[in-house]
Amino acid sequence: MLIISGRRARRRIALVAAALTAASVLAGCGSGDGGGSGSEGSAADLDAALEKGGTITYWTWTPSAEAQVAAFEKQYPKVKVKLVNAGTGNDHYTKLQNAIKAGSGGPDVAQVEYKALPQFALPGDLIDLSQYGFDEFESDYTPSTWASVHAGDGLYGLPQDSGPMALFYNQQVFDEHKLGVPKTWEEYVTAARTIKKENPSQCITNDSGDPGFTTSMIWQAGGTPFQADGEKVTIDLQDDGTKKWTGVWDQLVEDQLVCTIPGWTEEWYKALGDGTIASIALGAWAPGVFEQSVPDGAGKWRVAPMPTYDGQPATAENGGSTQSVLEQSKNPALAAAFVRWLNHDEGIKPFLESGGFPATVADLQDPAFVDKKVDYFGGQQVNQVLTDAATQVVEGWQYLPYQLYADTIYGDTVGKSYQTHSALEGGLTAWQEALVKYGDQQGFSVN
Amino acid sequence: MTRRVSTSPLAPRRSPVLTVLMALFLVYTLVPLVWLILSATKTQADLFSSPGLWVGDQFAFFSNIRETLTYRDGIFLRWLANTLLYVVVGAGGATLLATAAGYGLAKYRFPGRRVVFAVILGAVAVPGTALAVPTFLMFSNMGLTNTVWAIIIPSLISPFGLYLMWVYAADAVPDELLEAARIDGAGEVRIFFTVVLRLLAPGIVTVLLFAVVSTWNNYFLPLIMLSEPKLYPLTVGLTQWSAQATGANAQPVYNLVVTGSLLTIAPLVIAFILLQRFWQSGLSAGSVKQ
Repeated sequence: MLIISGRRARRRIALVAAALTAASVLAGCGSGDGGGSGSEGSAADLDAALEKGGTITYWTWTPSAEAQVAAFEKQYPKVKVKLVNAGTGNDHYTKLQNAIKAGSGGPDVAQVEYKALPQFALPGDLIDLSQYGFDEFESDYTPSTWASVHAGDGLYGLPQDSGPMALFYNQQVFDEHKLGVPKTWEEYVTAARTIKKENPSQCITNDSGDPGFTTSMIWQAGGTPFQADGEKVTIDLQDDGTKKWTGVWDQLVEDQLVCTIPGWTEEWYKALGDGTIASIALGAWAPGVFEQSVPDGAGKWRVAPMPTYDGQPATAENGGSTQSVLEQSKNPALAAAFVRWLNHDEGIKPFLESGGFPATVADLQDPAFVDKKVDYFGGQQVNQVLTDAATQVVEGWQYLPYQLYADTIYGDTVGKSYQTHSALEGGLTAWQEALVKYGDQQGFSVN
Repeated sequence: MTRRVSTSPLAPRRSPVLTVLMALFLVYTLVPLVWLILSATKTQADLFSSPGLWVGDQFAFFSNIRETLTYRDGIFLRWLANTLLYVVVGAGGATLLATAAGYGLAKYRFPGRRVVFAVILGAVAVPGTALAVPTFLMFSNMGLTNTVWAIIIPSLISPFGLYLMWVYAADAVPDELLEAARIDGAGEVRIFFTVVLRLLAPGIVTVLLFAVVSTWNNYFLPLIMLSEPKLYPLTVGLTQWSAQATGANAQPVYNLVVTGSLLTIAPLVIAFILLQRFWQSGLSAGSVKQ
C-alpha cells in the first residue's frame, strides 16, 4: 500500500518536473523569436555608447582576456567590463544555453568557438553585427575565419584567433628512424609503418577518436558533409572528401599504427614530451601549448605544412573562437563596441603578446611576427609555415547547427570504430543516422 | 545472528575467504588515495614522467600547496570558504529540518500523515540530479540563479534524512518519557530541545554526516546554477582547473588539480574519523528489538 502510493507520488513529481521543463523551454523559444530585430543600430551608436559608458559582462576562458579587459578599461574609463570565466568549452556552453533558455543571467559578450557559432546564431540568440557596419571589416580577416563568423545571412562575431592546421613533428624521432617529413598522406602512412616496426612503443600520432580532429581532417580532404540552409540540413558522411580521409586513416586505425592516448590528458602531454608520439596535426595555436606545457619537448619539435592527398598545399581550420553579442544583452551597442575593440582594434596587441595566433591579415603579414625565430622549435621560423597555412584553407566548410550535440555523441558512434580498430565508415554511418534523427526531432528537415 | 553467537560466544569464527575479500577491497579503496597523496608531492613535470604509484624526482608537496592556495589570487581559498558556507548552512539546516520534521511525524498524530509519508518516500526515490534542471528554471524565474541561495535552498531538503530521523525517533524516543515531561509542565518546544535532541543525537550525527558529504560533493547543481567563479564550491572550481588543459588556450595545472583534490577530501576524512564513534552507535540503533 505504502509502496504503491510512493510510486504514485514519484510519478506525480516527475510529471510536474516534465511540465516545468516544457513550459520554460517554450517560454525560452518565444522570447528568442520575438527579440531578433529589437535593436537597430549603426556605427555611430558604438562610439556614442563608449562615450556614455556602462557595465557589460564578458564570458571567456581565453588567457589573454585579463590583460585585454584591463587595457580596454584604461582606454575607456567609463566602461566597466565584468570578466567571468564560466568554464572551458562545454561547461561554458551549458551555462550559456541555460541562461538563454531562462531568458536572463547570460553575459553581454561571450566567447564562441567557430564550431559552436551556428548553434547559437541560427535560433536568434546572438545579435547580427552587420547592423553596426561590421561588414566593411571583411578584408581585414582571413577568408576562412571571416566565413566562420557567418551563419545564414548574418554576421555574428569578429574572429579572434584562427587555427589553420600544420604538422608538428618530433625531429629527433624522425631522425632516429631515418625518415623525411611526409608531404603526402601516403608517405605519412609509410612512415607510420616504419616507426611501428622499428619501435613498437612509439607511434606516428595519437588518435582515440576526436570530433574536432575528424571534422578538420574531412575539411582538409575537401569534404562538405554538413550543409545548412535555414531549416534544411544535409548530412553526408560518405561524400568524396570523407572517403578520401577514411581511405588514409583506416589504414592507421585498423593496423593500430596510431596510439590511442586521448588528447589533452596527462598521459598525452607526457607522450608529446618523451617521443612516444612522433607527430601531430594541430591548429596554429599549438606552439603556445607546446612551449608552456611540454617542456621536455623543447628543441625536438618542428613544424611542417600538412601532408596532403596530391602534394598540393591544402589545410583546414582546427579550433579558434570569436566573440559574439548575446540577444539578451541590455546594452548591445556597448557590447558590440567592446567586440570591435577586442578583435579589430587595440585588443589584438595584448592577444598577440599572450601568444595567440591572429585572424587579422595585417598581423599575419607583419614581418616581426612572421619571421620570429622560436627557440622551442630549434630556432625555426614557425610562423612562416603557419601563416602560409592560413592562406591555404579549403573553402566551403560548414558546421552543423547542432555541432556541440554532434560532438557529444561522437564517442558512442565513431569512437567505437576506434576501439574495435575497424573501418571508420561503420562509425561514421552510425553518427550520421543519429544526427539525422536528432535534427528531425529539433525541427530541422534533415537529409 | 543469535544462533551463531551461541555456538562461539567469545571468539567469532575467522573466514579466510572473507579476510582475502576484505583485503582486496581495502587495497581497491586505498590505491586511489595513495595515488592522490603521492601525486600531490610531484611537480607537473614529474607527474608526466614518473610512475603513478611511486615518488617523483622532486618533493614538491609544500610548494604545490602554496601554489594551489595562491593561484589566480587565491581563488581556491574562496572556493573552500564557499563550500564551508554551503555545508554549514545547507547541511546544518537540512539536518535541523529533518530532525524536527522526523520527530514530529513520528510522535504526533494528525490528519494527512500518510500522505506526507508517501510524498517523502517518493522524494527519496527521485535523484537530486534529475531535479536539477527544473530547479534551475524555477530559480531562474525567481531571479535566484547565480546567488548562494541557489545552492543553499535545495541543499536544505533531505527527504532521506527526514525518513531516517522519523524511523529513528519512533524507536529512540519513548512515548512515556514525552508524557512524563508534559505532565511536569514542559512545553512542546522545550521538550524537543531539552529532551528529544539528546535522545536523537546518534541519529542526528548520522543524518549530518550524510548531508555534509552530499553537500560537500555536490557538483551538478552548482555547475548549472552558478556562472560566477567567485561563488563556486571546490568541486566545480577544481573541474574548471582540470578543463583548462584542453584546447587552443590550454594551460594545464594538473599538479594544482591533484593537490587541490587532496586538500578538498581532507576535511571530510577528518570529519569521518572524529564522528565515526557516534555514527557507529547510530547505525546499530534499532537493530535489536527491545
